[in-house]
Amino acid sequence: MLYIKCPYCGMRSQNEFSYGGDATVKRPELGTEVSDQDWDNFVYNRKSLRGKHWELWQHLSGCRQWIKVERDTATHEIFKTLKASEEVS
Amino acid sequence: MSQSFRLGNVGLINRDKKLSFKFNGVTYNGYEGDTLASALLANGVHLVGRSFKYHRPRGFFGAGVDEPYAIVQLYRNGETEPNIKATEQELFEGLEATSVNCWPNVNFDIGAINNFLKIFLPAGFYYKTFMWPKSFWYKVYEPFIRKAAGLGVASPKHDKERYEHKYEYCDLLIAGSGPSGLASAYAAAKNGARVILAEDKARHGGTLLTSDVNIGNQSGKEWADRIISELKEMPNVVVKNRSQVFGYYDHNMLVMSERISDHLPKTKKFHPKQRLWYIRAKEVLISSGSIERPIVFGNNDTPGVMLSSAAKEYLKVYGVLVGRNPLIFTNNDSGYETAIEFKKNQIDPIILDTRKDPQSEIVDEAKNLGINIKFSYVVVAAQGYKKVKSADIAKISDDKEQLGAIENIKCDCICVSGFWTPTIHLASQSGNKTKFNEDIDAFVPGTSKQNETTLGAANGSYALDETLKSSFETGYELSKKITNNDNKITLPNVVEKKSTTHDKFWCVPLPDGKNYKRFLDFQNDVAVSDVEIALKEGYRSIEHVKRYTTLGMATDQGKTSNLNGLQLVSNIENKVVPNVGHTTFRPPYTPVSIGAIVGREVGKHSKPTRKSPMHSWHEKNNAVFVDAGVWLRPRYYKQGNENLFEGSKREAKNVRTNVGVCDVTTLGKIDIKGPDAAELLNRVYTNAWLKLPVGKARYGVMLREDGIVMDDGTTTRISENHYHMTTTTAQAANVLSHLEYYLQLVWPELNVNVVSSTEQWAGAAIAGPKSRDLLQKLFPNSDVSNEGLPFMGYTEGDLFGVKARIFRISFSGELAYEVNVESDNGNFMWEKIMEVGEEFKIQPYGTEALSTLRIEMGHVAGSELDGRTIPYDNSLEGLLSKKKDFIGKRSLTREAFTSEDRQKVVGVVPLDKKTSIPEGSHLVKDSNAPLPNPKLGYISASCWSVEHDNPFSLAILKNGKNMIGEKLFVMSPLKNKVIPVEIVSSHYVDPKGERVRS
Ligand SMILES: [Zn+2]
Repeated sequence: MLYIKCPYCGMRSQNEFSYGGDATVKRPELGTEVSDQDWDNFVYNRKSLRGKHWELWQHLSGCRQWIKVERDTATHEIFKTLKASEEVS
Repeated sequence: MSQSFRLGNVGLINRDKKLSFKFNGVTYNGYEGDTLASALLANGVHLVGRSFKYHRPRGFFGAGVDEPYAIVQLYRNGETEPNIKATEQELFEGLEATSVNCWPNVNFDIGAINNFLKIFLPAGFYYKTFMWPKSFWYKVYEPFIRKAAGLGVASPKHDKERYEHKYEYCDLLIAGSGPSGLASAYAAAKNGARVILAEDKARHGGTLLTSDVNIGNQSGKEWADRIISELKEMPNVVVKNRSQVFGYYDHNMLVMSERISDHLPKTKKFHPKQRLWYIRAKEVLISSGSIERPIVFGNNDTPGVMLSSAAKEYLKVYGVLVGRNPLIFTNNDSGYETAIEFKKNQIDPIILDTRKDPQSEIVDEAKNLGINIKFSYVVVAAQGYKKVKSADIAKISDDKEQLGAIENIKCDCICVSGFWTPTIHLASQSGNKTKFNEDIDAFVPGTSKQNETTLGAANGSYALDETLKSSFETGYELSKKITNNDNKITLPNVVEKKSTTHDKFWCVPLPDGKNYKRFLDFQNDVAVSDVEIALKEGYRSIEHVKRYTTLGMATDQGKTSNLNGLQLVSNIENKVVPNVGHTTFRPPYTPVSIGAIVGREVGKHSKPTRKSPMHSWHEKNNAVFVDAGVWLRPRYYKQGNENLFEGSKREAKNVRTNVGVCDVTTLGKIDIKGPDAAELLNRVYTNAWLKLPVGKARYGVMLREDGIVMDDGTTTRISENHYHMTTTTAQAANVLSHLEYYLQLVWPELNVNVVSSTEQWAGAAIAGPKSRDLLQKLFPNSDVSNEGLPFMGYTEGDLFGVKARIFRISFSGELAYEVNVESDNGNFMWEKIMEVGEEFKIQPYGTEALSTLRIEMGHVAGSELDGRTIPYDNSLEGLLSKKKDFIGKRSLTREAFTSEDRQKVVGVVPLDKKTSIPEGSHLVKDSNAPLPNPKLGYISASCWSVEHDNPFSLAILKNGKNMIGEKLFVMSPLKNKVIPVEIVSSHYVDPKGERVRS
């Protein structure tokens, strides 16, 4: 079970969190023209990366904040966690 | 029966407490502190089972966790448990156990005929022998294998025992309380670290209990006892025995199973049987010791052949002789220690040493004691069927290839020592890349991936002074890193006998003309010849050889067989062992009971049960409950002998004619506040929300980004910047996360707060033509007229002194209201509604009537909004705003979503107006068409329409828009039904929606 540092609550076990997918996907602005391809990329197309990956987790059974976690998908090593408001570098 | 192999006054058992137990129906005696194995051996019982494949007789091979043979079926306090190792099971008064894997009994086993049919059971026998003819598999082979094989029977009964889970955090978790575990724990604890010290056996001390050493002028055992008692007194230390750390997972999470009651005749009141610990440790010290490995020789599986360390443990810990005429077969000094212990107890062992001329203190001591030692000697084969009677021995040449003349000598046990294999399972599980240590012919931990350090014998270090020194040091250094304290313990003086190197010898060659089975894996009956066949047949990868031969795949996970198997492969392949590689260790290290893994999460405890504040009223009024997610909801209120169908029909009918009340507390409720609340709703819902006035409710549908309907519900504007959202019972948690996602990540600029208020409000839906009359009496001071509180209106009222929210919304298609009060007042509200409603013939209604009412009026719900349908499919396209963008809107332009013959919700009525339509049935055009019959749609929900008094269903039907009036067939192959039906509008009741506005 992973041990994730919530930027608000500190080190917490994985079973308090839920997974939210790729953190680098940006939703197209509301009301703008979006091509089929761009929309498909936003809704469906994800890279299945091996290695470092920025992903979203929600501290569901804690502060309920969505946070960004940089994790190695092969080794599970967690390098960094960020608040939702912080930009992935 | 007498314990004729029990020594007087030796061992750590409690001779004041005699225990009686039964094995295979025979009563024996033992002592408190015995294991089942030691007690049986004390009584001279060596035959405990039959082997897995050949059903050869099986005795005891080890004295602990590594035991491959002595697996029994245990009976305790009216329950039974399979897969129990007799070497681990502590004796208690009244214990009963039986052999497994033998039929009809352990002495005469029909399966042993396999032993004489070996030709049919070589490596890969499952793959080869039983492949043909195919039809024989189910009828002949499988039943035969099932009858013949197996390691016990799981109890068919519900397990009445309790199992607990516990989460724990510590600075250092130390797995194993042998010399290295004790030393590191002591050093770390004295330096202020929070330590958990776990020992899988009942007694702490590991090898200190059996070795002849001296630490700080105390015997090894005395020193161990002192350290343990000191540790137990320290507030920063948790000392646990009977606790196996069996799994090492990510981020230094380890799992340990603690056997709390297994050693007692009966679990104490308020105690669990076992407890599973989830331990998050900053640092892990693995001090799991090592396991002696066997030397491979002919018939080396005969009962009476066992590890020399086990023989020593039975003698020193339990005061039990495993034989009176022991033969010690060794390639290193450890065998001598066993021989010396025999000698000290007036038993004359013979030592066969594969080495030519070893020089060490231990060898000298054996010589001085006058022990008969034969150098450059090996055991060629054990003789005897159910028990060793003699051994064929021979001199072996210096190159270990040639055997001299075979001699037969009498013996009643053969104690084998082929040197030691470090127990690296936990390190390997943690991701440690293990490396091969040529000095000890075994793998040891290499570079750590997690915060893990392996100490002592588990790290291949067998000298006590060295082990204690490095363990004290490691315990001190790691604790210093964590606590910043600097209290160092002085190292005690250690006295031990020096040993010399072992002989790299592990397998005795076959003598000319003999074809003895030489076993590698004792539990799965894998012999040298099996591995040879696998290699001949082209298997090269050790992982493939393992699976083909089943080497190391038994419940002992090859604890005594892996390395010898690797040696064999490397010899045949002419490679060195590290190049052959070894298979990966996976948790659990030892079998863990399913009960411990499940813990308390069984039956009603598998998930929380949520009850509405009115639950006790429902109970008192004969509600029959149904699980709705985690909620318990009344399905119907039983009157007399009514069944579900009759009861729900009565309730639904009463709503259509008079008035009914339904507990809707379970609906998800989200409180939304903030100046941008309307903007959030406008983006989340498909329809327009910016102009909803205060005091009005609106129905809304929300989509996922892929255009699929996520949920629906009404949201009410309570005040300027305050909204009350309702969701379906099932989606409540998802919708809240969904809103939080957009507010926190996508539109953080919106100034809105959302919070679940589901549990803060109790809700009652009051529905039926007389609902307004009832409401007026409940709220005499409020204007609830059609003008004062119109459809989709909202007001607050005073319910006999209790503040209430009144929403005029309808799920049933009738004139209806929903009243909410704070949860604590829920029961009060309900009783008032029932009391005042009596004159209007009010009846409570459950979820079944609720479904009936919504189905026949065509209101889509969870069975239509099932994660596969878009708004159009549910006839909700009228709610899609053209003027604004919203979540998921862009996806609705996808080709499949806009096709002309897109599926749509319709109503379905059987032509005979009688036959009920099973939910999930398919709709087809031609009931006699050849398979696969093209499916046009499916029945999503069915009811008995109380309005029309005939069956009615909703269906999602291809091209549904143009299918009204068509005649189709409903097919349910599961229920073997074909029903001719007519497609009608999904709005079967009040299609214009006049009642809700009346
Ligand atoms: Zn948090």
